[in-house]
Amino acid sequence: MNRRWILYGLVLVLAAFFLTPLVVVVLTSLRPNEEMAQRSLIGWPQAPTLANYAMAWSRFCIAERCVGVAPYLANSLLMTVPATIISTLLGAVAGFAIALWRFRGDTAIFALVTLGVFLPEQMRLIPWVIVLRDIGLSNTITGLIVVHVVQGLSFTTLFCRNYFVAVPQDLIKAARIDGAGFYRIFWRIVLPLSPPILVVCAIWQFTGIWNEFLYGVTFLTGPAQPITAAIIAISATVTTSPQYGVQSAAVLLAALPTLAVYLFGGRYFMRGLTAGAVR
Amino acid sequence: MSALTVRRVSKRFGPVEVLKDVCLEIDSGEFTVLVGPSGCGKSTLLAIIAGLETATSGEIEIGGRRMNDVPAKDRDIAMVFQSYALYPTMSVRQNITFGMECRGVPKARQQEAVARVARLLQIEPLLDRRPAQLSGGQRQRVAMGRALVRDPSLFLFDEPLSNLDAQLRLEMRAEIKQLHARIGTTSVYVTHDQVEAMTMATRIAVMYRGEVQQFDDPETIYNRPANLFVARFMGAPPMNTMPARLHADPNGVQAVIGTGADAIRLSLPMQISDTRLAPFRDAEVVLGIRPECIAEPRRRFGGENAPPTLIDATVEMTEPTGAETIAMLRLGGHRVIGRVAPDAQLTVGGAERFSIDTRKLCLFDPKSERLIA
Repeated sequence: MNRRWILYGLVLVLAAFFLTPLVVVVLTSLRPNEEMAQRSLIGWPQAPTLANYAMAWSRFCIAERCVGVAPYLANSLLMTVPATIISTLLGAVAGFAIALWRFRGDTAIFALVTLGVFLPEQMRLIPWVIVLRDIGLSNTITGLIVVHVVQGLSFTTLFCRNYFVAVPQDLIKAARIDGAGFYRIFWRIVLPLSPPILVVCAIWQFTGIWNEFLYGVTFLTGPAQPITAAIIAISATVTTSPQYGVQSAAVLLAALPTLAVYLFGGRYFMRGLTAGAVR
Repeated sequence: MSALTVRRVSKRFGPVEVLKDVCLEIDSGEFTVLVGPSGCGKSTLLAIIAGLETATSGEIEIGGRRMNDVPAKDRDIAMVFQSYALYPTMSVRQNITFGMECRGVPKARQQEAVARVARLLQIEPLLDRRPAQLSGGQRQRVAMGRALVRDPSLFLFDEPLSNLDAQLRLEMRAEIKQLHARIGTTSVYVTHDQVEAMTMATRIAVMYRGEVQQFDDPETIYNRPANLFVARFMGAPPMNTMPARLHADPNGVQAVIGTGADAIRLSLPMQISDTRLAPFRDAEVVLGIRPECIAEPRRRFGGENAPPTLIDATVEMTEPTGAETIAMLRLGGHRVIGRVAPDAQLTVGGAERFSIDTRKLCLFDPKSERLIA
């Protein structure tokens, strides 16, 4: 009995430790600047207000453009949603081909593709600059979608392949005798079996691409930048007194989509990751 | 015309030769069973016939047409898998129509065909269920239905009954046999179960180490096995085999088991003039006796008036199965199995008298292991 209380105590301490920054940001986002100046930087809001959010959303000045985070959030969505969908679907097709269709050299190709998982981002920066310039997509959201799709393929292919190896080969053989080709087997037989792994890929890709900073700040400039780059620009603006309330609100707005994705899809995420392990 | 021809098919996986020069000629309407221990290449051969694997060399012809470069879907075949391979996210109805959907058969015709097959297999109440909601036997039926609906020129079965429990296996075995008698489509059936092979086949191909050991009707396979492997593989309990010496004198040909006082002489059904026996006169051979050819002494093989061949053997153990009693005997120093009537009183450890059916004795060459006569 005693040991259980110790355990609970430990868990509570850890939870508090991890949650404190979030709590501070949430509290700060609800307090007006004057309150922080008069009382303390960290504290319980005396008169909670959403004014900081309104400000952060559409009026706050970022890099001398006073439009708030809304357009940058839109940029991020325009980039993340297509990149997530395309990389997940392509990864599923590739994983299906490697795990179930089998072709000459498939294991070598799989090894090459998954090598991408281990390559550091910085290493790929210069090659991408050259590629984007040569295909004429420099400083465009489309260009960044291409980058994220290609990079994400390493992960989605790995995930899907590992999920599909558990699908019995006999199903594919039966379908081939029935007269189905590669894409019909994929659409009609393999894809309907895949929702758990598709959700895993989608969450992984969405959070990864949404939170990505290096490419966003390198390949896009000014009004085309994603939210991560804009958030950094906010903390860099020190023209007037620091606007902690507005900055906190902006950070929370930026984190909202990934939080929502995780809350709605988290259950599938855990299930999907372990699905391949337990046949 | 032969419905299926397998001509000198070989298959290698790297250094491993899975099939060696396999030849089979299967007539229209036959039910051919490929049987052999696991790893003998029977499933690989079936996959090559189906077009799911390619042969390293050799040819496959279906209905007189060379099939080597024809994809599986265009070979006019249907296949039933051991795992059933039902599409898990589709209903039973969709499982059955999927092939027709792929071939662009009109919807109305599809439904007609489903209704016909469902009636034939009595799976009408299951049509809207998912495979996961079916029992093993029902899945088996649906898998059959999916194959039947195609009305193919060749049915392929890959150990379709192995996943069923013993009771259901017997039922489905009889059902597949009846079905074949009714629709008469040429079938190739792979199994490792020699009882299945014996009961269902019109012809059996016994395979071992990538080679066809014998391709014959069940009776010949059972009574005149081409070599020691076939003799020992077919039949449960298997054929007794033991070294013996061939002896010929004016009274006839005899096989002598053991030496000295324990020696047992059995008259063979062959003539002294039989040229096949010439090289083995007074030499070592391997004698094969089916367990059912060793029975209680009052049994008369070959009619009431035929003179019985009686021998004495020590009973080492008995296994009553109800319908008969399996007796482990010591005969001329060798352990043999006999099948006696359940009411025969046998004393374990004592010497008993047994009646031998000498008409069905087989002789094998001890070097090549082939059947002599």
